[in-house]
Amino acid sequence: MNAAELTNIVEIRTPEGISFPLHLASPVSRCLAWTMDFFCILVLQNALSMIVRLFLILSPDFAQGMAIALYFVISILYGIILEWAWNGQTFGKRMFCLRVIDADGMKLSPSQVVVRNLLRAVDCLPAFYLAGGAFSLLSPRYQRLGDIAGRTYVIRELKAADPDLNSILTDKYNSFRNYPYLMARARAGIPPNEATLLLRSLLRRDTLDAQRRAEIYSKLAEYVKEKALFPQEATDGLSDERYLKNIVDILYRR
Amino acid sequence: MILDIEKFVVKEKPLWNELDNLLGTLAREGDKKLSVDDVKRLYYLYERVSEDLAKISTFSGEREVRKYLETLVARAYAEIYAKKGKRVKFNLFKWAAHSFPAAFRRNSKAFMLACAISLFGALFGGIAVTVDPDAKKAVFPEEFRHLQQSPDERVAQEEKMDADRRLEGVQSTFAAQLMTHNIKVSVFCLALGMAWGIGTMLVLFYNGVVLGAVAFDFIMGGQTVFMLGWLMPHGVIEIPAFVIAGQAGLVLGGCILKPRGARARALKEKIDDIVTLAGGVAMLLIWAGLVESFLSQLHEPVIPYFAKIILGVVELIALIAYLGLAGRKKEKEAMSKGAAE
Repeated sequence: MNAAELTNIVEIRTPEGISFPLHLASPVSRCLAWTMDFFCILVLQNALSMIVRLFLILSPDFAQGMAIALYFVISILYGIILEWAWNGQTFGKRMFCLRVIDADGMKLSPSQVVVRNLLRAVDCLPAFYLAGGAFSLLSPRYQRLGDIAGRTYVIRELKAADPDLNSILTDKYNSFRNYPYLMARARAGIPPNEATLLLRSLLRRDTLDAQRRAEIYSKLAEYVKEKALFPQEATDGLSDERYLKNIVDILYRR
Repeated sequence: MILDIEKFVVKEKPLWNELDNLLGTLAREGDKKLSVDDVKRLYYLYERVSEDLAKISTFSGEREVRKYLETLVARAYAEIYAKKGKRVKFNLFKWAAHSFPAAFRRNSKAFMLACAISLFGALFGGIAVTVDPDAKKAVFPEEFRHLQQSPDERVAQEEKMDADRRLEGVQSTFAAQLMTHNIKVSVFCLALGMAWGIGTMLVLFYNGVVLGAVAFDFIMGGQTVFMLGWLMPHGVIEIPAFVIAGQAGLVLGGCILKPRGARARALKEKIDDIVTLAGGVAMLLIWAGLVESFLSQLHEPVIPYFAKIILGVVELIALIAYLGLAGRKKEKEAMSKGAAE
């Protein structure tokens, strides 16, 4: 269960040998963000048409010409200006917590922003971003043509929210807490992805039927017991579910 | 290794906060206000937080702390390893006087290829309408339906329309339509470079066919002077602009054609040139749109054809001089500086 094996994660390795994951945005969330941006462009264009109407008094021809030019400029520059000013975000991307980043994890350069936005000309072919959508579905990094040319990824910005541990853990006595040294060993022995798996299995408790739940918890407990060694008096009389809750309690609660 | 996580977090948290604040200042105000000591401190904090991340990565329960540190390291990494040249302030005058012509010259082979494809298309279009006048229907798109008339009819109609002052009161609208349409077509031509350059080649060839068909049709119909007077004032800028858009598309296609690793390097190297060429094309097309709307559509007796042809020749010489010579001095200085280093 290495994070790097999952297709929606790009792992960036720094020259210092540290790696950090970037979570790629799915084509669906990108489509939603684009829809939001499309409406933003429409609103801007409508607001602009009201301003341009003021010039009708001076010259209807000039007002009309300006309207055509400005509509065009807004539709092209909306993405370019916002992604540059907001470091890879537009209104839509902000709303859906997405961000465009350089493929090496660096800050975007102005040229990358311009190229990925200019290439919307082919991504939107033949209509409704079908070409771009198809490419991002087929691409291992969910890249549309503009992203490939600009060497960019669109990532999901994860908000680090604490899981609702209170819904699954109670303040019931946890016999494992009598063994601080073994607790520390368990914390070091169970890797983060496995801890997340245990937590999720408990959070989803009520969605599993009783028999299936018992089978899953039994297998998980059996696996964890090999890694978290506690004396028999600490584990005696604990059901598999209670055992897993105690483990998650020591992993997630200080 | 067994780590006392609580002590660890309490000890390291002030450093994490300091890096977070420093990165926030950088994002808001840029790096202008950073002293050398600040930069050293930033790098120290980045290394320290990276170490913390490495230490905590093996700890299962500290998922949130790990995520927080990952975000912090990612932000610091992006700031510290960002390219040096990226923060140069954009100067429109310098860009127009130096960057655009220099980018054009750096990619002259792609321009030559784009020219050759366009000329081949023009020759094909010219021969097609000369051999078979009915080919005009197939060659000219719907928006150029008026070109299906005979050149004599077209000239008579244009000169009469001038007398009727047909564009009076709609010139700004017409100019805006021309600019936006031409820029859209150019961007499309550039973007099709993503199809290994084949899309760009097809667009260049097709534009050449239309242009060649129009030119040969008017020449064969004995209306060479009208055609030159009509096309040259804007065409000497507009046509090279399309070819330069094709040049940018071919540069892009050239990068895409390379194998995976080399492709990424090539794109990284050429992306600035592609954007500069696209910006230059837009600049040229704005000029061409204004000239086409306010001047090219005026014919004799309003403006004599020779005056329009002379203007076209002057523009063409200016364009060649601009693309061929502008910014050469700076380019030489940069090259000698690079060689010295």
